[in-house]
This record gives sequence, C-alpha cells and structure tokens, in this order.
Amino acid sequence: MILFWLILIPFLGGMLCWHSERWGEQAPRWIALATMLFVLAVSVVLWAGGDFSAYGTGERPWLLEWRVPWIPRFGIEIHLALDGLSLILIALTGFLGALAVLCSWKEIVERVGFFHLNLLFVLGGVVGVFLALDLLLFFLFWEVMLVPMYFLIALWGHSGSPGQTRIRAATRFFIYTQASGLLMLVAILALVFVHYTSSGEITFSYDALLNADVPDNLSFWIMLGFFIAFAVKLPVVPFHGWLPDAHAQAPTAGSVDLAGILLKTAAYGMLRFAIPLFPEQSQAFAPVAMALGVVGIIYGAVLACGQQDIKRLIAYASISHMGFVLIAVYSGSELAIQGAIVLMVAHAFSSAALFILSGQLFERIHTRDMRRMGGLWGRIPVLPGVTLFFLAASLGMPATANFLGEFMVLFGTFRSAPVVVVIASAGLVLGAIYSLLMMQRVHFGREQQPGLLAGPDVREYGMMLALIGLTLAVGLNPQPLLDTTASMVRPVADLFMAGPVRAGGMN
Amino acid sequence: MLTLIDLVGLLPLLIVASTAVLVMLGVAWRRHHGGTAAVTVSGLALALASLPLASAAPSSPPLMIFDGLALMGSALVLVSGLFIAAMSHGYLAGYRGPREEFYLLLLCAVTGALGLVASNHLATLFISLELLSMPLYGMVAYSFRTERSLEAGIKYLILSAAATAFLLFGMALIYARTGHLELTALAAGVAGSPDPWILGGAALLLVGLGFKLSIIPFHQWTPDVYQGGLAPATTVLATVSKLAVFLVLLRLVLVAPVFGSGWLLGLISLLALLSMFGGNLLALFQPDLKRLLGYSSIAHMGYLLVVVIVGGPLALETTGVYLFTYIVATMGAFGVIMHVSGTGSGEDASGLHHYRGLFWHSPWLAALLTLSMLSLAGIPLTAGFFGKFYIIALGVEGSRWWLVGGIVIGSVIGLFYYLRVIVTLYLREPGMQQAVADAGRGRVEKLALLIVAVSILLLGIYPVPFIDWVAGLAWAARLL
Repeated sequence: MILFWLILIPFLGGMLCWHSERWGEQAPRWIALATMLFVLAVSVVLWAGGDFSAYGTGERPWLLEWRVPWIPRFGIEIHLALDGLSLILIALTGFLGALAVLCSWKEIVERVGFFHLNLLFVLGGVVGVFLALDLLLFFLFWEVMLVPMYFLIALWGHSGSPGQTRIRAATRFFIYTQASGLLMLVAILALVFVHYTSSGEITFSYDALLNADVPDNLSFWIMLGFFIAFAVKLPVVPFHGWLPDAHAQAPTAGSVDLAGILLKTAAYGMLRFAIPLFPEQSQAFAPVAMALGVVGIIYGAVLACGQQDIKRLIAYASISHMGFVLIAVYSGSELAIQGAIVLMVAHAFSSAALFILSGQLFERIHTRDMRRMGGLWGRIPVLPGVTLFFLAASLGMPATANFLGEFMVLFGTFRSAPVVVVIASAGLVLGAIYSLLMMQRVHFGREQQPGLLAGPDVREYGMMLALIGLTLAVGLNPQPLLDTTASMVRPVADLFMAGPVRAGGMN
Repeated sequence: MLTLIDLVGLLPLLIVASTAVLVMLGVAWRRHHGGTAAVTVSGLALALASLPLASAAPSSPPLMIFDGLALMGSALVLVSGLFIAAMSHGYLAGYRGPREEFYLLLLCAVTGALGLVASNHLATLFISLELLSMPLYGMVAYSFRTERSLEAGIKYLILSAAATAFLLFGMALIYARTGHLELTALAAGVAGSPDPWILGGAALLLVGLGFKLSIIPFHQWTPDVYQGGLAPATTVLATVSKLAVFLVLLRLVLVAPVFGSGWLLGLISLLALLSMFGGNLLALFQPDLKRLLGYSSIAHMGYLLVVVIVGGPLALETTGVYLFTYIVATMGAFGVIMHVSGTGSGEDASGLHHYRGLFWHSPWLAALLTLSMLSLAGIPLTAGFFGKFYIIALGVEGSRWWLVGGIVIGSVIGLFYYLRVIVTLYLREPGMQQAVADAGRGRVEKLALLIVAVSILLLGIYPVPFIDWVAGLAWAARLL
C-alpha cells in the first residue's frame, strides 16, 4: 500500500499546488517542496529499514509488493513492486524533485501553481514508472510523464533563436517520445497476444510474460520495439534529436528533471523489461547496442565541444554519458551494470548541478551564450568554484562518483568487448576537453563587463553543498549503493552468462 | 404483425418520436424556448431510461432487430442526443430567429438514428438513414442568414443526395441478384461465390455509407460543413450520425460475408489507411478548430475501419469502446465550442485565436478542452487511450501490421495538431481577445459539461464497468 501512496502523493500534491495559488505565491512552492521531501523521506526510511540481501530469490522476489486487479477483462493489474534499483531511483527522484522546486523558487514567477502541478505530475509519473510491474501500467506511467513535461517546456521555457521556439522544442520532445511509446505499446500487445495464443491466458503480468514462449522471428521485432522506445528516451544517437532542443528551451527545473531522472527511466526500462523479457535476442543484439553506445559517446562529446549555449553543451555531454550506460547495460557483466547504476546516480547529481548552475548564471547575467561570458571568476563569488567541481566530476575525476561509475563500466566491459572499451575511453579525453573548454570560456579569460555580481544565497548554497556532498559520498564510499542493487543486477548479468538457454524466472 | 411485446421493444423510438410530435404541437400552440428544451431533454432522458425495459422484452418487430448492437447504438445515440439538447439551450439563447424548431429537428434526427442502429432490412435502413439526414440539412443551415451556414447546408444536401443515390443503386443491384431485402435472408442469398453484380452493389453501398462517415475520398464536404454549420448541428453530425452509420456498416459486414471477401476487404483497408493519413495530414496546419475537428474525425473513422477489416470476436466490443470514447471526447470539444460561442454574435467562435489564453479566464473550460484533445489523441488516463488500446490490440491480434503501422504513424501526426490546440489555451498574450460571453449560461449546460469531463477521466482511470457492459452486449450480439 505504501508503494501506491508513493505514486499518489505527488499527484495529490500537484492538485493541491494548483489550488493553493489563491493562498499566495509561496504556498505552491512550499507544498511542492514538502511533497518531494516526503517522497525522499519515505524512500530513505525504506532503504534504512530494508534488508537487501534477502530478497531476489524465489521465496521473496521483491522487497515490497502490492497488487490489485485493475481491468480483469485483459488481466491488467495494478502491480507495484520495489527492489533495490527502484528504491535508489525513487530516492533520486525525490531528491532531484526537491531541487527542481528549489531552483525554480525565483525563476518561475508567473502561473506558479500550475507550474508546480506539472512538475509534480512529471515526478509522480516517474515514480510510477519505477514501481510498475504490469506492462500496461508501466506503459501508462511512461506516457503520463510526457504531457506535463510538454507543458513545462512549452509554457515556462526560454525561446532561443527565431525558429527554435520553446513550443517547437516541446512538440518535438513529445512527438519523439510518444511515437516510440506507441511502438512499445504495439510490442507489448504483440507479446501479450503471442502469450495468449500459446497459453490461453490473457495477461499483462511481468512474471507471466517472462516465461512467454515467443516464436523466434517475432521475438526479435518485439524486442526491437522495446529497445527503440527506451533508446529514444536514453537517448541513443540516431534517436537523440529532441534532447538538445528540449534542454536548451526548458526551464531549469525541467532540465534538471529531464537529465536527472527522465533519462534514467530508459536505462531502468532496459534493465527491468527489455533484457529480462528477451535475453537471447538482447544478447544477439548486444554488439549493435554497444556500437550505438560508442557512437553516442564520441558523437555527444564532439558536438559538446562545439556548442555556444551552456545548456546545449551539457545536453550533448549527457548523450555522451548515457552512451557509457548503454554499453554497460548490454555488456552482461555484473560489474559493468553496477557501474552503470553508479554512473546514472552520479550523472543525475552532476548534470542537475550544472543545469542549476547555468540557471543561476542566467539569473545574474541573462544569457546562456558562452560568447558573451568570460572572466566571471572574479565577478561572482563561490559559484565558479562550484562549477569547477562539477565539471571535474563530469569529466571523471577520481574521488567523484562519476569516476567510479565510468571506471566500473569500462573495467567490467573489457572482458567481453575490449575494442569497445578502447574506443569509449577516447570519450573520456573528449570529456575533459569540453568540460575544461566550458570552464575556460565562462569563468576565465577577459571580463566582458566590469562589476561584481551577487553571490549565492542560502538556498543556492544549500543545493550546491548537498550535491557536492552526495557526489563525494558516493564516490568515496559506494558500497552501500552497490549492496542495495546487487541482488537486482546479478540475475540480469546471469541472463547473459546463461547463454542461449532461456533463463526463465529470473527473480 | 406487431404485438404488444414488440411495442415495448420499440419503446425508446416511440418515446422520442412522440416527443417530436409533442414539441411540434407545442410550437404551434405557443413558443417557449425553455419549455421546448425541457420537453426535449426529458423525452430523451425517458427514452434512455426505458432502454433496459425495452432490451429485456423479447421483441422482434418486423424489419427491425433488437440485439446487443442495437442496444449499444441506441444508448450511445440517446446519450449524445441528450447532451446536444442540453447544450443547445444555452447556445440558442442568443439566437434571434425562431429557436424551438431546432429541437424538433434534433428529435427527428435522433429517431432516425435509433431506427438505423436497429434496422434489419434495407427498407428500414434507407428510411432511417434519410430520417437522420433530412433534419440535418435543416440544422446545418439553421442560421440561414449567415452565409457560411447556408453554404454548408446546401453543400451537405447536394453531396448527401448524391451519396444516397449510390446507396440506392447498390441496394437495387443486390436486390436484383438475390431477391431479398431483409439482411439475414440477403446474407444467405449472397453466400457462396459472389458475382460481380453483388460485389458492385456492396461497393456502392460502401460508397454511400462512406460518405456519411466522411472516409477519404468521400470526405470533401466535412471541413466546410463542420465549420459552417451551427455548433450543435455539427455535433449531431460528428456524434449521432457517424456512430449510427458506422454501426449499420458493421452490421452489414458482420451479417453479409460478401464484405469480407477478397478485393473488397483490400479496398476497405486502403480507404482506412488513406483516411488515417489524409485526415491527420489535412488537420496539421488548420487554424480553425471546427475544421480541425472535422479532419480529425476523418482520421478517427479511418482507425475505426480496422474493426470492419479484422472482425473476429473482439470487433463488436472494440467498436463499442472506441465509439463511446470518441463520442465523449468529441462532445467535450464541441461542448466547449458551444459554450464559448453562442449565436448572439452571428458566427461561432471557431477560429483557434478565440481560444488563445482561455485557461486564464475560464480554467474549467480550458481543462475540459485539454482533456478532450488528449482523449482524441489517445493519451493514457483519458478515455481515448482505451479506445486506441482496443484498436491496436485488434490490429495486432489480426496481424494486420500495415494497419497497426498506419494507426501509430497517424496518431503521431495527430499529436502535432492536438498539442497545438492545447498549448494555445495556455498562452497569455497582452490585449487578449475576450471571447467568452458568460451571460445566460444556465446550470444545465455546466452540469452537462461537468459530466462529460468526469466521464473522460473516469473512463481513462477505471473503465472496468463500462468495458464489462460493452463486452456483455457484444457477447449477446454475437449470437445473431
């Protein structure tokens, strides 16, 4: 039941925010903040009280589980389940959700209630994605988070150059993700009907479909349907067209959510659905997926080097980082998949921090164009130093969580695909180039204008210190995180090791 | 021979027809807008209430059949009629000409639709179809002093007459070969290898019905008539007319195997694909909300044709679910148009610019229009999602991958313009046009709109009772 409330609370909080607008401008902000902190608190309590070594076996496959029938006619259930990976990602959602509320405290001044309604609806949908086990329910939440995200970009975004308006960016985001979502729906339905013809039982249940007997010619296409849906969201390179625009035009809170959480739903979907449902096909497909990952790493990094807009630079860097995640997910090595999870968490922290910093920069100098910056080190107290820290994290400096994640990914993948690792390592060098380039162009060099700008206030200090602390904590002591997800990752890795034999009942 | 039991089965139709007579007499005696609307609404509500009684009676009047399909159709027709009658009152309040006759025409059209969904004979089919169409000419051209309305009425009249000619010719061809007009007998007559005459007749029937459904390439009238006609009249076209005609098409296909054969099925598939793509593409850059909805209805009929092509045990259920979700969303959209327009100012507020920033002065109307658009686009948590779910499921089950691809691509194109409408509602511009005339809008309209909004959400979140009901009806209808 507590899982159901985890999903419901953001939605209820969102409705309340909309209504609370009449009580004053601050009311929606406090309500939204309280809602997200509640989600964070619940997940931390669950994490502190959970025993993560005991589950994952036949007796007790999930840490927490809740199922009630929803549409019995099609065997659709409201089936929610929590394991280590979902718990980590939900805690992340709560944390970044709270940050998103905080960072828009001064940025969003109009339609405040409606803004927070959309923000909380996105986050509620994301929590739903991380918990849903029934395939239709999963699809539902997958789609539900799109509409409010569309509104966030379309209504509160920034319009860039002419022809690149926020509405255009929002529409492109929506159409990309919705098209891929429909593809996934078709794949889900095909899987369900194949299962129906072979077993006579119509169901969308994860457990039942894991053992579905799918004819070979069809199963590849169904797997591809799932893969493309997740690849668009991750994003994998030929499907990335929506990401830079969406990031560039979105408000800061939207970018934080997009980069920090929404991209992670894709990796989660691969680990939870695409690979366990189709282990053999995924294994056969792995070389292609890894190649796409490598292309993404290099492509994202090279394009990041050439950007003038700070947020676009960070967006392309995200594509590069997600390439590492994709490689790891399809490497089939336990170490690499663990690394992917660490990298996901680390990337959530560092990219969220960089987006928040660029938002704070925008509030002070009213531009995101790096050609009009320069020499800010002397003009703004504290913030340049923080930026330097997160850029160092982003390029994979040891002691930060990002280093650990990338290192584990490369180390784990090396045994199965050494060539991929060698090429992907080049991405690290490129990562150093664009990160330092950004630092150089924004904060060093000649001052464009004289005069001191305001330093961070308590709110901004708080956000940055929390993010720095977490990045270092995960980087220096990752063991609690690894222990939490180990029992979820091991079976996925085993699916690859098991070879062509269908490893049914992975949990 | 008609027996008393048969009359019980005919009860909804009789009630609506006698309400029409009552309204006519009332108008002759004394004009009273509110009274007429009240009589109409209560007549339709009474007919809806009598449906369970009528369906329980084992009636089989000549020329008609009361099976699950007919019951489903009657319920949908009456619900839409009720909504339109309730909304018309506020809409016509500012109209300067005679207002009461509109309800008379509405009741006649509903009677025709009720007959159409229950017809089991080509004669009843034809008469009911005409009884449905004739009042619509009048309703579309009701505000005949405005140029657009008159143009739309005449356009619809002429093209509709042409379609009727096709329909009649098709019937004649089939009759000439089989010697039967009753559907079941006719089906037995055409069983076996169909000859060219029967196939030709079936194709002509398809043309006639396809015109009413505005399937591409018989769609040219749709945008103009949608735009020019009075909003309630357009709503009748979009809901009552389309659903009744579609159900009769489905009945023909289910009963007569000739439609399921060879190239005719290929032809229907082609038309479906054309409608999906064409409707959505034509709507893309449409600046007029009513025209946009017209094009979108073309696309939706294209999706729905998948049911006709695939058939099978799920077909009836899919039809019921899809039609209802489509109708609810359409009612929501047109309800907002009716509420915003009112004929006091002459033409309807159908340009998208009228709705710019609607959210900031009437949030509830904007929320309803948003819900309707999301539902038409098939986004989860709205009614439309389950409609789309059913259609795609049917396509996948029937392994019609081309059609499934068409639905997916069509929906993606469709998103573009639905989103355009939605985002318009939330844009705030300096010096915004204030289009809403909120005076004279009674409680009834607000209640009707609220019910529509709630049902869009409810069907999206917990559709189980509705699905079970439709599934039960579909089960009953399959025994025919």
